[in-house]
Amino acid sequence: MKIRIKFSKYGTMKYIGHLDMMRFFQKAIRRAGIDVRYSEGFSPHQIMSFAAPLGVGMESCGEYMDIEVLSMTTAQEMKEALNRVMVEGVEILSVSILPDHVQNAMASVAAASYLLQKKEGDYPVDELTGKLEAFLAQETIPYTKETKKGVKELNLKEGIYELEAESNRAIRMLVNASSSGNIKPGMVMDAFSAFAGVEIPPSAYRIIKLETYMDPAANGKDRQGSHKLIPLDAVQ
Amino acid sequence: MRKTALSEEILLQVEKPARYIGNEVNSVVKNREDVAVRFAMCFPDVYEIGMSHLGIQILYSMFNSWEDVWCERVYSPWTDLDRIMREQDIPLFGLESQEPVKEMDFLGITLQYEMCYTNILQILELSQIPLQATERGEDMPVVIGGGPCTYNPEPIADFFDLFYIGEGETQYRRLLDWYVENRKQGGTRQEFLRGAAQIPGIYVPQFYEELYHEDGTISGRRKLYEELPDRVRKEIVTDVSDTYYPLKPVVPFIKVTQDRVVLEIQRGCIRGCRFCQAGQIYRPVRERDAEVLKKYAVEMLANTGHEEISLSSLSSSDYSRLDELLEFLIEECGRKHINISLPSLRIDAFSLDVMSKVQDVKKSSLTFAPEAGSQRLRDVINKGLTEEVILKGSALAFEGGWTRVKLYFMLGLPTETEEDIRGIGELSNKIAATFFETVPKDRRVNGKVQIVTSTSFFIPKPFTPFQWASMCTKEEFLEKAYQTKKGIMEQLNQKSIKYNWHEADVSVLEGVFARGDRRIAKVILEAYRRGCLFDSWSEYFKNDVWLQCFEDCGVDIGFYTTRERADDEIFPWDFIDCGITRQFLLKEWKKAQEGVVSPNCQTQCQGCGAGTFQCGICPTAS
Repeated sequence: MKIRIKFSKYGTMKYIGHLDMMRFFQKAIRRAGIDVRYSEGFSPHQIMSFAAPLGVGMESCGEYMDIEVLSMTTAQEMKEALNRVMVEGVEILSVSILPDHVQNAMASVAAASYLLQKKEGDYPVDELTGKLEAFLAQETIPYTKETKKGVKELNLKEGIYELEAESNRAIRMLVNASSSGNIKPGMVMDAFSAFAGVEIPPSAYRIIKLETYMDPAANGKDRQGSHKLIPLDAVQ
Repeated sequence: MRKTALSEEILLQVEKPARYIGNEVNSVVKNREDVAVRFAMCFPDVYEIGMSHLGIQILYSMFNSWEDVWCERVYSPWTDLDRIMREQDIPLFGLESQEPVKEMDFLGITLQYEMCYTNILQILELSQIPLQATERGEDMPVVIGGGPCTYNPEPIADFFDLFYIGEGETQYRRLLDWYVENRKQGGTRQEFLRGAAQIPGIYVPQFYEELYHEDGTISGRRKLYEELPDRVRKEIVTDVSDTYYPLKPVVPFIKVTQDRVVLEIQRGCIRGCRFCQAGQIYRPVRERDAEVLKKYAVEMLANTGHEEISLSSLSSSDYSRLDELLEFLIEECGRKHINISLPSLRIDAFSLDVMSKVQDVKKSSLTFAPEAGSQRLRDVINKGLTEEVILKGSALAFEGGWTRVKLYFMLGLPTETEEDIRGIGELSNKIAATFFETVPKDRRVNGKVQIVTSTSFFIPKPFTPFQWASMCTKEEFLEKAYQTKKGIMEQLNQKSIKYNWHEADVSVLEGVFARGDRRIAKVILEAYRRGCLFDSWSEYFKNDVWLQCFEDCGVDIGFYTTRERADDEIFPWDFIDCGITRQFLLKEWKKAQEGVVSPNCQTQCQGCGAGTFQCGICPTAS
C-alpha cells in the first residue's frame, strides 16, 4: 500500500539537510512501529521517496514523502503515531493512502509556492515590492545559473506563475518546481534585485515553502497553459 | 520555539550546523528553575566522534534521571566555528539549553585518548573559563575529568579542579549532594574541593605537589592538608546488571561514527595482554546478565529507531552467554530489518557461522590481531594467539567464502628483533598460501585473496607490565616499518598483501603524554597557544610546532619515552590505586622478558589485586 505523508519543517530543523531528513524519517518510522516495506538483500532499506529536497536554511509547511506499508490501521492513527515520535520543528500534517495508479511524489511535482519574509535589516524591500509588477511584465527574465559544468543562461519568465507582494514585508510566489524546470526562490530574488538595481542578500529574507503542487492534467510534464494545480495530498 | 546560541548567519556559514543546534530525539530539556545542579558533559572532539561514545550516554542518562540535575552535552567546535567564536567573542554553550557553559555548575570532560589534550584547552578557553584550575573564581564551573587518561592525570593536572578515577556510576550522586550542601552552607570553592577530596575516587590535583630528584625522576609527593588521602582508589560498579544504562540514547540527526544501538555486554578482560592498558585498569571482568541485555536491546531499538545494533566489550568471544545472546539478536533483528554489527570475534566455527548469518561474506573481512610476528614475541606480550589457530581459522573462513583478511601488529615491542619483524611478512604470506591451498581455482571468487597487514607503534602505558619499558624513537619506528615492508615484499604471495603503517610522530607524542608528569603541562599549553588543536586529526597535527615547544620549554622527550626505568622508580601515577598491584605488574614485566606466558583469569587467578573489589570473575568474590 502506498502512503503519502505531508509534513512541515521549521525552526532549528531548517539546518538539517535533505539526506539527514531521510535518515530522521527512517528512524522515526521504526520508532512509530509502522509496518513499512523494505527492499530485499543484505542491507534492506525502507521504500521511501521524497517529493523534492528542501535546501538547508529553508522552512516549509508543504513537504511530502511517499512510503509503502504492508499493513496499517487508519491514516489518522498513522499520523498520530508519527507525531508522537517527532521532534520540535517537524510536524506530520496529513497521511493519505494513495490509489495504486498514482505516480510517486517526486515525479508528480509541478510547482511550489513560497513566502519570502523580510528579516530585520536596512534594505529598501518596502519600496521594492512596488516594482514586482513591472518585473513580471518583462518580455524575458534572464538569469545566469552557475553550475559545476559552467554558466547557463536561463529565462525565468515561463516558470514564474505568480509573484505578488503579500504585505510590504513579504512576497509570495508560485513557480515551476518540476525536475526539468525547477526554479528556486533565490533565483527569482536575484533576478529581481538585478532588475530593481538593488543588492538584496539571501540573508535578508526568510524563505518558507507553503505548498507543493501537482498538475493532474500534465501527467508529469511541465505545466502548460492554465491547468489547475492541486496540492500533492489532494490526489484522488 | 527553540533558540540557538549561534545566529542564523553563522549556522548557515559553518560546515554541518546540526553539530550545534541540539534538539535531537531523546535529548533532555529541563526547566533551569527546577534543577539544583547543571552539568555540562563534554567530549573534547568533534560532535560525530563524541556522540559515538557510550560512556557519555551512560552518564547523561544517569544524571538526567535525577530530578534535581540537568546534564547537557558539549563537543569541540570544529575549526571553522572555533575561528568565528573567537572573533565574535561567543561563549561555548550546552547543546540542550544553548546557554553558556560558564553559567553551569560543573564542566565534566571525558579523556579517552591523549591526543585530545589541546582540545581540553580549547573547550575551557571558548567557555571563557580560566585555563589554570587555581585561577578560577567562585562563580566558575567546577572542571572535572574522567575516563581512561585519568589513570595518569598528571600532564593535565593543572587544568582540572577534580578528577574522577574509575567508573562514573558510583560516586557522582555523593559528589553532587556535597556540592549542593556546601552551597547551602555558603561554603567556598576551596571548601567544596576539600570535602570532595574525601569522596572515594575523587582526586583534587591542586592539593598535591610533585617532588623530584636531581636526575628529574620523581622523589615523592607532598600534600597540602593532613586529611587528604595518600592514594586514590578507582571506583567500580560491582553489579553491572543492576546499574544505569541509557535505554533512550540521544539519536543524532547527522551521521556519526557509531550510529547504532550499543550493548555493553561486559566490562574488563580476562586476557591480560601485557601492552594493553584497558585489560588491566578495567579489571575484574564483570558480565552483564544476558536476559537484561535482551531486554535492553529491544527497548533501545524501539526508543531510537536505529537500524543497527552492535556489542561492545574488550573481548566479546569471552562472554559466557554469547551464543545465546547472538541467537536472540539474529532472530529479533531479522524480523525487524535491523543489522547486527559484530565486534571482532575470535575466528572459529561458531563465529564464522554467526558472521555468515549477519553479513555479506563476499563484502566482509576477517580480523586477526596477532600483535607480533613470531610466537616468541607473542609469548612476551602474553597474546595467547598461535599461528596454528590463525591458519586453521583462515582455512575455515576461506572454505566459507571469505576472501579478505585484516591483520593487526605492533612494532617496537620490548625485546623485538629483526626476526620477529620478518615474522609479520611470513605470517601474512602463510595466510595467503592457505587460501590457495584451501580454495580450488574454479571456486575462487575474483580469483584471489586480499590480506591487509597493518602495524601501529607500541606505546608503553601506565598500569601495564610494560610501564617500565623503553619506547622507540621516531627513527627506530620508521626503520622497523621499512623492514616490515621489505619483509612483505620478499614473500611469494606479496601481491596478495597490502601493508599500512601508522604515523610515527604522533605515537612519540602520545608516548610522552601517557607516561608524563606535571612538567608536561606547560608544553601542552604552549603548543595550544601556537595553534595546535585536533591533534588526533592527521590533517591538523603540527609535529614541528610540538617539537619546537618541547625545546623552548626545556622538556626532553627522551626522558619520557626512550629512557630505561628502574624497577623501583616512582611513577607519576603511582598514587592511583587501580586495584592491580605494582608487585603483580613487575612480576609480569619480568616474565615478559623471559618470554613466559601467564594464564588468563578464567583459567587460573594470577593474584593481580583486583580480587579486592570482590566482584565479577575474581575467586574472592564468591
